[in-house]
Amino acid sequence: MTSLVSVQPFSVRFSPRKTLGLAILAGLVVFAFLPLVIGGADPLKQSLRLALQPPSSAAWFGYDHLGRSMAARLAAALRLSLGLALLSVVTAMVPGILLGVLAAWRGGFIDRAIGAVSESLLALPGLLLVLMLTAIVPDNPAMLYLGISLVLWIEYFRVTRALARPILQSPAVEASRLLGFGPVYILKRHVWPEIAAILLRLGAFGGASAIMAVAALGFVSVGVRPPTPELGLMMIELLPYYEEAPHALLQPIAVIFLMVLALQLLAAREKPGKERV
Amino acid sequence: MRMILNRLLQAVLVAFTVGLLTFIMIRLLPGDVAYRIAAGRYGYDVVDSAAAAKVAAELDLNKPAIQALGLWLYDLLRLDLGTSLVSGEPVWDELVMQLGHTLQLAVTAIFLSLLIGPPLGILAGLNRGGFLDRGLMLVSTALRALPQFVVGLGLIVIFGLMLNLLPTAGHTHGSHLILPAVTLALGLAAVSAQVARDAMVDVEQSQFYRFARTKGLPEGQVFTRHGLRNVAVPIVTYLGVQFIYLVEGVVVVESLFAWPGIGHALVHAIFGRDVPVIQGTALVMGLMFVALNAAVDGLCYIIDPRRRDA
Repeated sequence: MTSLVSVQPFSVRFSPRKTLGLAILAGLVVFAFLPLVIGGADPLKQSLRLALQPPSSAAWFGYDHLGRSMAARLAAALRLSLGLALLSVVTAMVPGILLGVLAAWRGGFIDRAIGAVSESLLALPGLLLVLMLTAIVPDNPAMLYLGISLVLWIEYFRVTRALARPILQSPAVEASRLLGFGPVYILKRHVWPEIAAILLRLGAFGGASAIMAVAALGFVSVGVRPPTPELGLMMIELLPYYEEAPHALLQPIAVIFLMVLALQLLAAREKPGKERV
Repeated sequence: MRMILNRLLQAVLVAFTVGLLTFIMIRLLPGDVAYRIAAGRYGYDVVDSAAAAKVAAELDLNKPAIQALGLWLYDLLRLDLGTSLVSGEPVWDELVMQLGHTLQLAVTAIFLSLLIGPPLGILAGLNRGGFLDRGLMLVSTALRALPQFVVGLGLIVIFGLMLNLLPTAGHTHGSHLILPAVTLALGLAAVSAQVARDAMVDVEQSQFYRFARTKGLPEGQVFTRHGLRNVAVPIVTYLGVQFIYLVEGVVVVESLFAWPGIGHALVHAIFGRDVPVIQGTALVMGLMFVALNAAVDGLCYIIDPRRRDA
């Protein structure tokens, strides 16, 4: 437990790894959202004349089997993945942290009750839970979002609780209390700085697993439905054409690889092999 | 003892969660549930209200929710999983067959991953900063950034379609097992190699390891007497975490390779809204996860005598 307390404060300078991760992520975000700003092809517009056309100077990414612009479809799929991942991470973060602090603060029954809920959710592998939720209300991205958030908040809860407990018992917090400061001040002044440092790591990890889950569900055709562009779905649609148009199949694969790699680089520990939480 | 109790509690929680979720599922099926199920069973053209009423009576669809939930969970408690809404076969019979296939796949994958990952990781850790270390780091980082189905797709394209060496789907003879098992094993090995590497680095820098060398023991003996057991603990512990990946992987990889196991059945059942099969398959996968974790607990207990006092 002692190693948990010695979390370094935010460092302004990023390591080369983090810089690389951030750069890739920024590139993907620009690629995804640029069409919204400068306008681009409609990701759903088909023109069979162009089917499976390889990349050219006019269309850098070529066309898929129905003659839809790959660039537009990749951008739309990226917006879906990144948006869903960001939304689930934020949705998981807020209650996760609040409940974690609450459990550490009050202890006793509340601690055990929330702990039991998180344990029971953790007993089921995450993808199974998401799968079952999507089965309850099919064809609905909201269920994907709900399921992923439901899996992700546990990590925040557990880490926050473990970090907050020793802090709340420390002499510094006791001194603040004796001086008459309220809970808001203690949270802001003592607890938040310690938690803030690991938020980025947990968020990046959560984002990566959210993206993987969405793609995996699309791939086994129980997630998002066609014709919505989604990376896993695009791969399974383009697989039959891999011989005629390997470029089309490779594009969504490259995109998901870059996205997950960027998030994992961001989430990587500075010194591998030490302080395993 | 505490550990066993904890795992048992976890198993009960899994069963309860699955039961509750599937119950909500059957209540929330869009449209008239009885009609939907009857349609799934007899085909959309021949459904009439008589068939729907029969289904409703059979599945307690007319009772109030709380009572129905009680009955639903009671059935689960008696291990009565009902019959498939689509095929009409008892879920239990189908599960037994599928579980065999899944276990075959999972066990082969775990075994393969242990054969690939930890030895490479230990070698890399012993030669820190060397060529193998850097190469392994690169490969395992790349593998971890690829979803399992992409790895599987790559293997299919390379070995199945381009080289024509291995069959890509089905399960009639042994060679069908290779590609799905390797797909799962590569993902698992990517993580266990890194864990093994970090553990080996930690152990090598420890005082007792250096002292064993100073004593003049040959390198091989230092490793087998002082290294192996210490490195094994984090690897085995981490296996528990990896089982999440394995269970999730089974769902995707079985669908990809048309392997007739539990994960494949689960995806099909979700596709066809076959709630009893969803319940059965999810239950078995959840319990498999708990059982594997219990096995890891036991293994750690054997390897690491320090835990026995705690």
